[in-house]
Amino acid sequence: MTTLPRTTEKKLGLVIDLDICVGCHACAVNCKEWNAGGHAAPLTDLDPYGPDQTGVWFNRIHTFEADGSGDCGTGSSQTVHFPKSCLHCEDAACVTVCPTGASFKRVEDGIVLVNEDKCIGCKLCSWACPYGAREYDASEGVMKKCTLCIDRIYNENLDEIDRVPACVSTCPVSARHFGDLGDPDSDVSKLVENRGGYDLMEEMGYKPTNKYLPPRKRRIEAADIGAAASLDTVIDTDNPLLRWVDRLLSR
Amino acid sequence: MSRNDRTDPSNAVDLSPKVADEIKYTTCYMCACRCGIKVYMLDGSIRYIQGNRDHPVNRGVLCAKGSAGIMTQNSPAKLTKPLKRVGPRGAGEFEEIEWEEALQTATGWLGNIRKTDPKKLAFFTGRDQSQALTGWWASQFGTYNYAAHGGFCSVNMAAGGLYSIGGSFWEFGEPDWERTRYFMMFGVAEDHDSNPIKMGLGKLKGLGGKFVSVNPVKTGYSAIADEWVGIRPGTDGLFVLSLVHELLKADKIDVEYLVRYTNSPWLVIRNPGGADDGLFARDANGDPLMVDSDTGELVSANLAEIKPRLIGEADLPGGGKAVTVFQLLAERYLDPQYAPEAVAERTGVSADNIRRIAAELAHVAFEEQIEIDVEWTDWAGRKHDKMIGRPVSMHAMRGISAHSNGFHTCRSLHLLQMLIGSIDCPGGFRYKPPFPKPIPPGIKPGNSCAPDTPLNGPPLGFPTGPEDLLVDEDGEPMRIDKAFSWEFPVAAHGMMHMVITNAWKGDPYPVDTLMMFMANMSWNSSMNTRGVMEMLTDKNEETGEYRIPRIIYSDAYYSEMVAYADLVLPDTTYLERHDCISLLDRPICEADGAADSIRQPVVELDRDVRPFQSMLIDLGARLGLPGLVKEDGSPKYPGGYPDYIVNHERAPGIGMLAGWRGEDGKSWGKGAPNPQQLEKYIENGCFSHYEFPEEHRFYKMANKGYLEWAASVGFVPKAEQIVLQIYSEPLQKFRLAARGHGDRQPPERHRARVDAYFDPLPIWYAPFEGTMIDEEEYPLHALTQRPMQMYHSWGSQNAWLRQITGSNKMYIGRKLAERLSIADDDWIRVTSHHGNIKAQVAVMDGVNDDTIWTWNAIGKRSGAWNLDPKAGESQKGFLLNHVISELLPARSDGHRYSNSDPVTGQAAWYDLRVKVEKVTGDHDAVSEPQFPTLPTPTGLPQRPAILKYGQGFRKEGGKP
Amino acid sequence: MHPALSVILFTTTSGVGYGLIFFYGLGAFLGLLPADRWFGTVGLGFALALVTFGLLSSTFHLGHPERAWRAMSQWRTSWLSREGVVALLTYVPAGLFAAGWVFLETNDGIFALLGGLAAIGAVVTVGCTAMIYASLTTIHQWHSRWTLGSYLTLALATGAVWFCLFSAVLGEGAGVGLSILTMSSVLVAWATKAGAWKRNDTTSHPSTPESATGLGSIGKVSMLEGPHTEANYLMREMGFKVARKHAEKLRRIAVLCGFVAPALLSLAGAFLAGGWDVVVYLAAAVLVSAGVFVERWLFFAEAKHVVTLFYGAKAA
Ligand SMILES: Nc1nc2c(c(=O)[nH]1)N[C@H]1C(S)=C(S)[C@@H](COP(=O)(O)OP(=O)(O)OC[C@H]3O[C@@H](n4cnc5c(=O)[nH]c(N)nc54)[C@H](O)[C@@H]3O)O[C@H]1N2
Ligand SMILES: Nc1nc2c(c(=O)[nH]1)N[C@H]1C(S)=C(S)[C@@H](COP(=O)(O)OP(=O)(O)OC[C@H]3O[C@@H](n4cnc5c(=O)[nH]c(N)nc54)[C@H](O)[C@@H]3O)O[C@H]1N2
Ligand code: SF4
Ligand code: SF4
Ligand code: SF4
Ligand code: SF4
Ligand code: SF4
Ligand SMILES: [Mo]
Repeated sequence: MTTLPRTTEKKLGLVIDLDICVGCHACAVNCKEWNAGGHAAPLTDLDPYGPDQTGVWFNRIHTFEADGSGDCGTGSSQTVHFPKSCLHCEDAACVTVCPTGASFKRVEDGIVLVNEDKCIGCKLCSWACPYGAREYDASEGVMKKCTLCIDRIYNENLDEIDRVPACVSTCPVSARHFGDLGDPDSDVSKLVENRGGYDLMEEMGYKPTNKYLPPRKRRIEAADIGAAASLDTVIDTDNPLLRWVDRLLSR
Repeated sequence: MSRNDRTDPSNAVDLSPKVADEIKYTTCYMCACRCGIKVYMLDGSIRYIQGNRDHPVNRGVLCAKGSAGIMTQNSPAKLTKPLKRVGPRGAGEFEEIEWEEALQTATGWLGNIRKTDPKKLAFFTGRDQSQALTGWWASQFGTYNYAAHGGFCSVNMAAGGLYSIGGSFWEFGEPDWERTRYFMMFGVAEDHDSNPIKMGLGKLKGLGGKFVSVNPVKTGYSAIADEWVGIRPGTDGLFVLSLVHELLKADKIDVEYLVRYTNSPWLVIRNPGGADDGLFARDANGDPLMVDSDTGELVSANLAEIKPRLIGEADLPGGGKAVTVFQLLAERYLDPQYAPEAVAERTGVSADNIRRIAAELAHVAFEEQIEIDVEWTDWAGRKHDKMIGRPVSMHAMRGISAHSNGFHTCRSLHLLQMLIGSIDCPGGFRYKPPFPKPIPPGIKPGNSCAPDTPLNGPPLGFPTGPEDLLVDEDGEPMRIDKAFSWEFPVAAHGMMHMVITNAWKGDPYPVDTLMMFMANMSWNSSMNTRGVMEMLTDKNEETGEYRIPRIIYSDAYYSEMVAYADLVLPDTTYLERHDCISLLDRPICEADGAADSIRQPVVELDRDVRPFQSMLIDLGARLGLPGLVKEDGSPKYPGGYPDYIVNHERAPGIGMLAGWRGEDGKSWGKGAPNPQQLEKYIENGCFSHYEFPEEHRFYKMANKGYLEWAASVGFVPKAEQIVLQIYSEPLQKFRLAARGHGDRQPPERHRARVDAYFDPLPIWYAPFEGTMIDEEEYPLHALTQRPMQMYHSWGSQNAWLRQITGSNKMYIGRKLAERLSIADDDWIRVTSHHGNIKAQVAVMDGVNDDTIWTWNAIGKRSGAWNLDPKAGESQKGFLLNHVISELLPARSDGHRYSNSDPVTGQAAWYDLRVKVEKVTGDHDAVSEPQFPTLPTPTGLPQRPAILKYGQGFRKEGGKP
Repeated sequence: MHPALSVILFTTTSGVGYGLIFFYGLGAFLGLLPADRWFGTVGLGFALALVTFGLLSSTFHLGHPERAWRAMSQWRTSWLSREGVVALLTYVPAGLFAAGWVFLETNDGIFALLGGLAAIGAVVTVGCTAMIYASLTTIHQWHSRWTLGSYLTLALATGAVWFCLFSAVLGEGAGVGLSILTMSSVLVAWATKAGAWKRNDTTSHPSTPESATGLGSIGKVSMLEGPHTEANYLMREMGFKVARKHAEKLRRIAVLCGFVAPALLSLAGAFLAGGWDVVVYLAAAVLVSAGVFVERWLFFAEAKHVVTLFYGAKAA
């Protein structure tokens, strides 16, 4: 049913830390790797060795430059790596526009999924998604998308510790966090709280579950770390070596 | 909008699908970081590759490359059978042959060489993960014409460190990520320590340490730095020495550390013009001397408890004067030429910023000193109740080393670290075992070369004076790459980037066979790529023979180099073979413990290819190489590489692997071979990790407990303090020879150069290329960076990775773009003194104004890697290498030095100077240069038009 | 947005079809139309054929046309679903209405009522189609009343022009009243479209690269590197760009063929006779359809999706 749940029991989602993301694409490729054989398998690749290579990806890394003119800017440009996958929105129009009921949001955990057996491949959901999180698999004729690794996070065939999304467990800098953003006491909620986590395109009103942590203010002043702006010269410039003549320390 | 309360049952999801029939552990080799991996096998194919959480290198994470392993295993560029060249060299026309024929051919060629003149075999390997075997093999064969890729990679980093602190950055050391409060990273885009650095940066920033990245380009790691210092390429040395200047002026240095752990109190003979000028004053036992301030006497610098003088001249017993190292360094670096305002313009870093950074370093090092309450005993047996830490750490890589002044810049960095006492202390830079080593390590390059006899040592080593050079009686080079010659005396890793040029010229002599392993030398690993292709195919007019008569090459994939081989020995992939990542090679240790690891086959071979190492052992046995045959001439390691890994002993009790040695498998590091060793490794996830007790984790260069342990496992010869060498006597020895002393002196034409660049204290000089071209004409610096998701040339065959980076652009700064009215996607011509390329532009903010850059090794030759000849890699992508020359412009006397560091021979990739013009008028949107399309050799599969890998896993029992 | 032929064909042809059904149905309901067999057979046949062709062609771009029936199920939330449902429902009155006319030669009484219902169905169907686009907050150029307005008025205008033609050929002639009505419906359509264009030229989506990335507090945001060096699905589907000049040219064509010409011609028709009226009405009908086809191509091509803000677009 493409009607959205009134409420969901959990709001599972990701928190992405733009302060430390180095743009390594590990999460994107590990996502591809897991999901290629997972719930939405395959993630078809077209012209894989030719000039028009393209395929189904659930997670992508963009790189932006912000010119530093803003009030949190340092005056000079700042490069920000920006991973983006489905944000599992609360008011997910991608679901409500779906004519077949193939798109749905789970009541249990808020995960937005596509039921490929019902999907007619009309692509309307991808038009309705502001975040570019819907992936049309042309060769399968159906829409696919980030599943929040639903086939990992509850998977009894995996060790407890591995029951997190692939992109989260692989991120080398730990810039990705997974949890219940509906529970104010969860680690992810606290993280969002403490670091001023925000919604992408809040004005769209989709109420994304995933949150982004802004880059921390860059510390470029000596004062930022409690240092002086320069050191005092203590040597006698005419006879500098004097300074150490009597510095006698044992070996 | 209407709402529902239940998930429609018709949308139920299988939450616990089966993920594996079997999980196999091994070691990743999508790059040289060598992380531990966990391979999920389902229905006989790879379902998923995950990082091994227990592994000391990656602690469970996996980078983009590692995560794409499935697609490398799946690559249509995998070679399938031995190939014999049938067409002209370079045309890529081959005939498939059987292994027996291939090995007989190789044995024939190499057998003759060994019987007559072993040095006529030039054996060079690229990705140097098997040096412990290949280097040893070369010396058994009897040729010193062996090296791995280190010479064009980062030998400046290695040598700069090993001649100063007995360790190095590279992947040989690491910052104390947990404790460091101030981290300076110089010239790093990715590093060999790919995952550890990323894990570390995340930790560091989480804990609130300040991260400063010194780099002309603001991408990758630099993007998350608190502060970006967009320095002018090649000027870091000047910047660092200016920081040293500031710290000295303010006396913000750790004098106690200097006295205890460095040679700063040692006495240097002052005897201008004398044969001993600048050498250490030594006593009868050869111990360096220092002045005991209590008695004024000269005493051995190896004594403890003495309070040495730091300043002042001393009279030597035999007459003559000496002065302390510390005085020399203070005199030099207090000089106004290193003052911030004096270097600001050159480096592009403002005087204020240099002063501030110096102040920040001093603040963190001395005001934020940390102490950990761990008792430890120093080399002299003195107990210390705590470990003092200066939480400032540094890391540097090729942005420093890939310049012709890289060796000294690297030494300058270590000098800075020593001055603030932050080497192997809590919060500082930390050695990874087997480092620290004696300074420099006591290995000398073998130099004897006789028919049917092994080399009198390993092919590579660490010269400590002219006597260790490989030069003939006229002082001319003995090695084909001219390593360890007067042109590049400390070329500790060899000079692979010169082999083809020299062999083609027959300078110093022609070789018979060039055997290469895992190095794409006709493409991204070479400077002057077009020239190299021509040299490889050039024939000698008289004989009609190729100037490089025979080329044997082992690759696993259809790289650009394959077409230039006469005999192709196809290797397995990293998931199909045994390997060992040995402490005798480039280790995978981390500061808190020593580690090594293995690879085991996880997927079955489906092609007629053989693991290179096993093949090499077989070849060695066929050649009857001493170490590889028994007395009766039968193969010593019939089981191939796995057999060798377990049973070969380098020294009694010391073999390729350190774990589970001894008959009982209980000893670590030293012990008799253990037939069960590989099983033990496999049980343990394919690695062995020896964690140090707390008290051994810092001050390893002077930590009694650690040193004794290190000696017991052969990391160091003796459990003696390793005194850090601010002043390098070996360098002075070369310099003295250049000044006319000793019986081994440089030929006249090299004297001035050796004299100038073998300064025993760090210096800065402008990178060579810039001083030899017209800077007006070539105002820009051009660089490359590693893309984190691609490994050199071999990432492009990967169907997933090439969707991320399928072509590269030239990134230029906004100011420059406006000046030349160039916009995104315009085409430009980039010209150096050597040649030009045509490339497409991307404009950006975060780059040094005088610098342009691109991603490394994305450009491909049309037809290579079994990619569509029209693929973006060849049509839009490009290599910067075409405009980089392996030779510097001619000197006044016509001599052309290699485009390398004058001390170590490190290839100076980043000295490149260029000009940029917009390509106007109508032209097809294709990068230049272009080369004839390489044909796909027989045996390689058809490129699929569509990939649905994993499809089968969805339905029980299916195949992908 | 990528202007997919199937969707352009669908919206234009079904527009004409439902427009015609509207005029036949309403005319009959008001008892204004002669129950002439050929007038009904050809006109309503043509209309139903267009509608059917349109609906079919709209399934061509589906990944799974064989599952198209599923699209009826989500009428509670989905305009696409609603469109499907209403379109099918409309067949009932329209079909019976046509049958009565064709086989019984009657269009009054119960059939007039059916005609009325068919007319309503036609309007609602076109309205639903419009709402599929108008409801997408991700595409500024579509997300406005003008979309519903222009879809309805364009359907009516094109319907009217074709209705004139059929009246002239097979009915009692269009007559001044119908001509004027037609002309004005074309002018109204023109006005709505002009209004839509004006709005889209002068306003853009509230989202910006800054709000998309949330990095505005650091400064103006520009893309340094996309996630892939080659175009991915999103960019192929939603990153379609049409050059300004090109768009302006096409708009002039659309205005000329779609509005100016048909308006004048349908007016002229009223004062011509002896077959000349038929000629101009035919010209008007062909031109208006061509014009609307061009207009519809622009409707997609000029639409910018907010996702492009993540791919280097400065505005959407
Ligand atoms: N412009 C520019 N050029 C550079 C650099 C730069 O920064 N800028 N960097 C330089 C540096 S530091 C280096 S190290 C070199 C790297 O250059 P190379 O050493 O050439 O490294 P790759 O191109 O990654 O790989 C070499 C070959 O190894 C093959 N190979 C991969 N896996 C296997 C295997 O399992 N077995 C066998 N037998 N072969 C295998 C690949 O197919 C490839 O042909 O490039 C150098 N070139
Ligand atoms: N993903 C991936 N990882 C790799 C590799 C790979 O190909 N791909 N290759 C491996 C190999 S062989 C090597 S050698 C290592 C190399 O690891 P890195 O040294 O990190 O590799 P480079 O790409 O050479 O990075 C050089 C950096 O120095 C900067 N730079 C250039 N000139 C200067 C300068 O004068 N001063 C300063 N401060 N910075 C400068 C460049 O902008 C660039 O950021 O990476 C290894 N790891
Ligand atoms: S893996 Fe982590 S650091 Fe790398 S791109 Fe993804 S989020 Fe960023
Ligand atoms: S991000 Fe897009 S696809 Fe995901 S829930 Fe939100 S709207 Fe739907
Ligand atoms: S493409 Fe599939 S999921 Fe998306 S709206 Fe159409 S039917 Fe629903
Ligand atoms: S949650 Fe799973 S599916 Fe979604 S982006 Fe991460 S890895 Fe991919
Ligand atoms: S860094 Fe990546 S590619 Fe390199 S070994 Fe580790 S996982 Fe493999
Ligand atoms: Mo390298």
